[in-house]
Amino acid sequence: MDWQAFEVSIKLALLTSISLLPIGLGLAYLLANSKFFGREVLEAAITLPLVLPPTVLGYFLLVGLDSSSFFGAWFVSLTGHSLAFSFSGLWFASIIYSLPFAVQPMLRSLESIKPEIREAAWCSGLSKWRTFFKIELPLAWPGIVTAMVLSFSHTLGEFGVVLMIGGNIAGETRTLSIAIYDSVLAFESAQATSMSLILLGIALVSVTIVFIFNRSRSRLVQL
Amino acid sequence: MLKVTLQQTCPIPLDVDLHCNNGDILALVGPSGAGKSTVLRCIAGLHSSGSGQISCADHVWFDSENKTDLKPQQRRIGMVFQNYALFPHLTVFDNIRLALTKQQQTNQHKVNDLLARVHLTGLAQRYPHQLSGGQQQRVAIARALAREPEVLLLDEPFSAVDRVTRRKLYLELNSLRHGLDMPIVLVTHDLDEAAMLADTMTVIHHGKTLQQGSPEQIMYQPDNVAVAKQVDVRNLFEGQIVKVDDRYQLHWQGVILELGQRDDVDHMQNISWAISPEKVILHQRVRPSRGEQENPVSGQIIDMLTLRGITTVLVALTVTNNIVIQMDVSKHVAERNSLEKGQDITMSIIASAIHIMKE
Repeated sequence: MDWQAFEVSIKLALLTSISLLPIGLGLAYLLANSKFFGREVLEAAITLPLVLPPTVLGYFLLVGLDSSSFFGAWFVSLTGHSLAFSFSGLWFASIIYSLPFAVQPMLRSLESIKPEIREAAWCSGLSKWRTFFKIELPLAWPGIVTAMVLSFSHTLGEFGVVLMIGGNIAGETRTLSIAIYDSVLAFESAQATSMSLILLGIALVSVTIVFIFNRSRSRLVQL
Repeated sequence: MLKVTLQQTCPIPLDVDLHCNNGDILALVGPSGAGKSTVLRCIAGLHSSGSGQISCADHVWFDSENKTDLKPQQRRIGMVFQNYALFPHLTVFDNIRLALTKQQQTNQHKVNDLLARVHLTGLAQRYPHQLSGGQQQRVAIARALAREPEVLLLDEPFSAVDRVTRRKLYLELNSLRHGLDMPIVLVTHDLDEAAMLADTMTVIHHGKTLQQGSPEQIMYQPDNVAVAKQVDVRNLFEGQIVKVDDRYQLHWQGVILELGQRDDVDHMQNISWAISPEKVILHQRVRPSRGEQENPVSGQIIDMLTLRGITTVLVALTVTNNIVIQMDVSKHVAERNSLEKGQDITMSIIASAIHIMKE
């Protein structure tokens, strides 16, 4: 059992899902409440990681984050180290990779709030910010929890993008799914099984949590 | 006092001019898609029309010339939505408390007072889904009143409840309104509801306000055919005015009706006219009256329908049987005169009840 890889995986999944809370919520709110030119293109771009082969996404991110690229060079000048083959690069790539898993549930739950509920809040004197915190956020809460859990589980299990962008540096970018791959290649099936079971267990528990939470919530608040 | 003038061409055309005094209920009536709710949304600040002015209690909320367009939060409005739009995750108490100003939110009595006003004491800790439709409407009204609004806006508030509850809620709104001194605008497509509750009515069609007046004026003296059609005037016909000496006659499908002396018509003028079905008088066999001589017409009963003690008799005129006139008589009169389908009868069309509309 590669505990170092386990630690990298958990750290990456936690940081990614926490980062996706404001990013995903911001994007979902924008998509749910505004009509602007190119809205469909933005939504498609956010959803792209769902349909794109992870190696393709990983390749583009690798090219984009490389220190010879504009963004990569800017990051090097800012921080002094390269994004490619580093934990920070992996973190950034995971945010992009798991973006649809965060945005879609948040967007659906924000869209399910009837427009007149929002308008009733405005007519009751609540500012747009107060309406968001007092009305929209509590009503969209199940979608937000789902988004967090899904992006955590999805990041934990990512393979192609991690391999492309992070390489396989122990303690830095080697995640549990990469370690499983290495174990299989090295015919260490016992180790591969135990690590796979851990990922399976986490996935099952997290998705169960989502279902339990959504059921109990919908019993309390019949929308 | 609320004053509204609005004009816009798209997305839906609007040409609105209405006003409502403090303490009065103004019913905005018209068919679905006529623009009633859009007008209400304009008053609330949820929709901006192209041009116009909205003012209430000396505060200008919208003025296209001065580029004034206050947000809903800046207008003191109380709005009751069609499906009430209660906040589903909050208790009745919190639904109302949230609409109070920050200073008032610390005052627990304020919410309880509002709950008592709408007869909901004891239900403060319930969630909206635990309430009946009628109770939900009362919470929505209490929430709308929490802001101490300068105008109360009701968007089809009775459409989401059953008939029995609706009747109860009419009575409740009627008793509640006596304690309210702000203008109340009620959007409805139900004419009976409007006539029962409102002090004034405005008919709106295709986004244009056609007439504003008391329910009696609108129902019995519509300004024009468009209003008459909207308020479902049942006896609506066309005819021509003919002046004979100093008196006027109405020539209608070969029937000549005496109008007497009138100053609202001209010789040879083509007009539309209406008569309320209860002003068509049956010539009773059992007890002939002096009024029988006034504008007698004869016809054959083609159908009869009784609702709540009033029998509506459909009569095809003898002179031209493709014209059907409706007559309302009390059920006992219909029974006493043994009215039945296929029977020939005569009626009087009372001259003073003939309402003439110029094209």
